[in-house]
This record gives sequence, structure tokens and C-alpha cells, in this order.
Amino acid sequence: MDKKRLKYFVISCTSVIVFLGIWYLCTAVLELVRPTSLPDPVTVVKTFFYKLTHKAPDGATLMQHMYSSLRVALMGYALSLIIGIPLGILMAWSKPIDLLASPVFDFVKAIPGLAWAPMMIILMGIGIASKGVTIFISGMIPCVLNAYVGIKQTKEVHLWVARTFGATRRQMLFKVAIPTALPYIITGARVSLGACWMTIVAAEMVASSSGLGYMIQQCRGIYRPDVIIVGMLTIGFLGSLLTALLGCIERALVKGRDYEK
Amino acid sequence: MSMEQERDLTKRQMIVCDHVSKTFYTKNTETKVIADLNITANENEFLVLFGPGQCGKTTALNVMAGLETATSGTVTVGNEIVTKPGPERGFVYQTTALFPWYTVMKNVEYGPRARGMSKKERRKKAQYYIDLVGLGGFENSFPNQLSGGMQQRVGIARAYCNEPAVLFMDEPFGHLDAQTRYLMQEEIIRIWEKERRTVVFVTNNIEEAVYLADRVIVLTNCPTRVKKEFIIDLPRPRNYTDDKFLNLRAEIQDVVDKTL
Repeated sequence: MDKKRLKYFVISCTSVIVFLGIWYLCTAVLELVRPTSLPDPVTVVKTFFYKLTHKAPDGATLMQHMYSSLRVALMGYALSLIIGIPLGILMAWSKPIDLLASPVFDFVKAIPGLAWAPMMIILMGIGIASKGVTIFISGMIPCVLNAYVGIKQTKEVHLWVARTFGATRRQMLFKVAIPTALPYIITGARVSLGACWMTIVAAEMVASSSGLGYMIQQCRGIYRPDVIIVGMLTIGFLGSLLTALLGCIERALVKGRDYEK
Repeated sequence: MSMEQERDLTKRQMIVCDHVSKTFYTKNTETKVIADLNITANENEFLVLFGPGQCGKTTALNVMAGLETATSGTVTVGNEIVTKPGPERGFVYQTTALFPWYTVMKNVEYGPRARGMSKKERRKKAQYYIDLVGLGGFENSFPNQLSGGMQQRVGIARAYCNEPAVLFMDEPFGHLDAQTRYLMQEEIIRIWEKERRTVVFVTNNIEEAVYLADRVIVLTNCPTRVKKEFIIDLPRPRNYTDDKFLNLRAEIQDVVDKTL
């Protein structure tokens, strides 16, 4: 069994090694591309360690950029969960709320989150607030949609059971509908996290004074592809890390049950 | 008929359907499902409603349970007229209607819990019924880890655990394979003999009807009404291949054939 896992691990590593090998071959060995356009992997690694503690050339260390991006993204994300999930649940559960909220929501969901950025910047400047709101809007949409769909999956027979046992409508929502919707709600939370992370980087590229998106945008201007690649890798790494964390939370929440649907 | 009425008078009437009809209305159509239903179930009686598929048996049961309201007529359970579902009327559904997010224990204790019974008390009660249906040891399993027959056992335990006066069962064994079905028929009688309740059991399986019932009510096609009543006075446990059993079965089949 362990041998098998080792074998799979080796196979998985192969693609990464081949990719890095070709990159190294084309840049450092064959010099097909100028180092000012595409640096070799070794330079990128060196830049990474340099950037962790040095502010040059864009005014802040990598750690500071990471902190700046993460802070805004997670703030917007938290807000989109806190508002989006209950909104979706209420819209699916109550017809009047659905009728009230749907026209606005259907319109808002057709606008890409990033399209809100310029307006928010005019209203609130290029600080945390404008980006936070932009991220909140992008992240809220999948939360609402998935919670809505989840609640709609509630089986009528389950509601009947609850009713024969004398459950109130409130109990039916909390003990039947929301448990039914939970896997959907978590899917929404995951999609939302991806949306938030993408939006923060993009928003920082549009207008910002810090953050990973700001860093790579600045380094395009001053022709530092090594820093750009470091930025991209960091964005990718942090994104995967957040998704993995959410996966752990998901497993803890929906323990022991995969639903038959 | 007069003799039957006399017989009924000696027992307490638990469920009375009095000229019940049910019509479903949609935008442009109306479908009359129940024409005029007069059914009485006595206390602790095992009553089987038997009829062809799609004849309105399930609708009749839903009306009795209060899940649907009758278009006209009244249903009385105990001394109360039925207007909505209530804890004194248990229901075992066609498909497994267990909550997939709860364990067997939590499913079974759902009713007492909704009524606010203390944890210790309801655990004890739930354990009793879990053991009664033969699922001791599966308390912490989730429904999707159980077979279809076991899931229906949980459904039966859950209905019983709320201690209803009457139990409605809507083709509870319809989705089980033949072997499991025979087993479950034996089981439901064993459970019922231990814990007497008024049971109204709906089926489209004639053998099942004769095996289970104190009394079989044969329903007509949709819109349904009572076609004929049979008292099954065979001793239990019954034998599917017994002569009397087969005769009764043939007799009922005869009536059903004329119904169609």
C-alpha cells in the first residue's frame, strides 16, 4: 500500500519536474528568451527569498503585500458569508422576501464583481473600504445562489414528517431545510472564496497602493518579470491554502454523511 | 350489513371517514381522486386499504393523516376532527423519509424531541423501539449506511416512538425486494402484536393484504370509493400457502377483477 502511494507521488511530481526542467532549459541553458523577459527558475527562487524581507523595487515586502491582500479578501469574504447565506436561505424560504429581493439580486448577479471597483473607488477612495465592498459583492453572489438552491432541495416528504411530529415552521427551517441545504451552502462558500481571492488581486491591479495585485502590476511597469512570477506563485499558493483550509472545515461540518440525491 | 354494524358497536371506533371526497384543482383541470369514502377503523385493528395502482389510496391516507384536506366530508380520529397533521397520527412513508443528516437514534427520537421530552427519557424510549424493530447496534449509523429494509424499520420505529394512537403506513414495503418484503411483513405483525395500535396500511399487493389484515377494504379505481370489505379471521402467524389463505385471496382477486 505504501509502495503504491509512493509510486503515485512520484508520478504526480513528474509533471512539476518536467515543467521546471523545460523552463530551466529554455532560459538558463539554451537562452531562447532574454532573462529580462523571462527569468530562469533559480532567479525566481532567489527573488522570492529576497522579496520576503526587502521592500525594493515596489515599496513593500512580500509579507506586507500578502498581509494586505489577505486582510481585505478575508474581510470581504466574511461579510459575504454573513450576509449572503442568510439572504439566500430567506429568499428560498419566504415568498415575500424572494419577491422583494429577487429583482435587485438578479440584476446585481449579472454584473461581474470587478465592475463595481471603479464606482466604489470614486465613492470611497482606493483604501480598504472600496476593495472590501467590491469583494463582498463578488463573494456574496455564489453564497446567495447556492443557499437558495440548497433550501429548494428540501424534500416535501421530510417536511411532512416534521409536520406529523408537530414541528413549527421555524423548526422545519432549522431542523429540515437548513440541514438539507448545508452541503450546497458549503459549496457556495467555496466558490465564493475563489471569487473573493480573484477579485482582490484584480482590484489591486486596477487601483491600489499595496497588495499582491499591486506588486505585480508595478513590476510590469519597471520590467521585473521575476517579481511578477513570484507574485503569481504567491497568489496561487495562498489561494490553494485557503481552499484547503475550507476543505477541513467542510469535513468537520458534514461529518459522516454524504447525501443521496 | 346490520350484523357488521353490531359487531362494530362492541369496539371503540378509532378512525371514522364520513363521506370524504377529494378533488385536485389545477389551472384548467380538476381531478376527482376520492369519490365518496366511508371507512371506519376500530381501536387496535389492523386495517388494510387495498386497491389498484393510482386509485387514490395514498390520497385517502394523506387525508386521514391530515396532510391533505378533504374537499368534502370529515375524518375523525379518536374524538377529534382532523384538520392538520398531528403527533397522535404516525406515518410510515412509501420511500424512506428518514433525515439523512441524523443517525438512526436521532431519527427515532425526533418526535419526542420535537415535543420537548428530556434527553434521558427520549433516549430510553427510542432505544426500546430501535430494539423492538431489531436494529440494536445500529443506533449511530446514518440512513445511507443501511439497507432498504433496515431503513423502513427505522421509519417504523420513528413512527412508533412518538406513541401515536393510530399509525398510517403507505406501501412501506413497496420498494423492497420480495424476500425482504416477506420478512418485513412478518416483522410488522410481530411488532404490532407487541405494541397494539390502530394501523391503516395501504398496499397494492393482495398477498400482503391478506397476510397482514384484520380487515381488508377493497377500493375501486379512481375516483375511489369502497368496493367491498373482507374480514380476515385467519389465526396468526398466517401461512401464504394455507388453503383458507388462498381461498380468501382468490375471493378478493375476484372482486378486484370486477373493479377494473
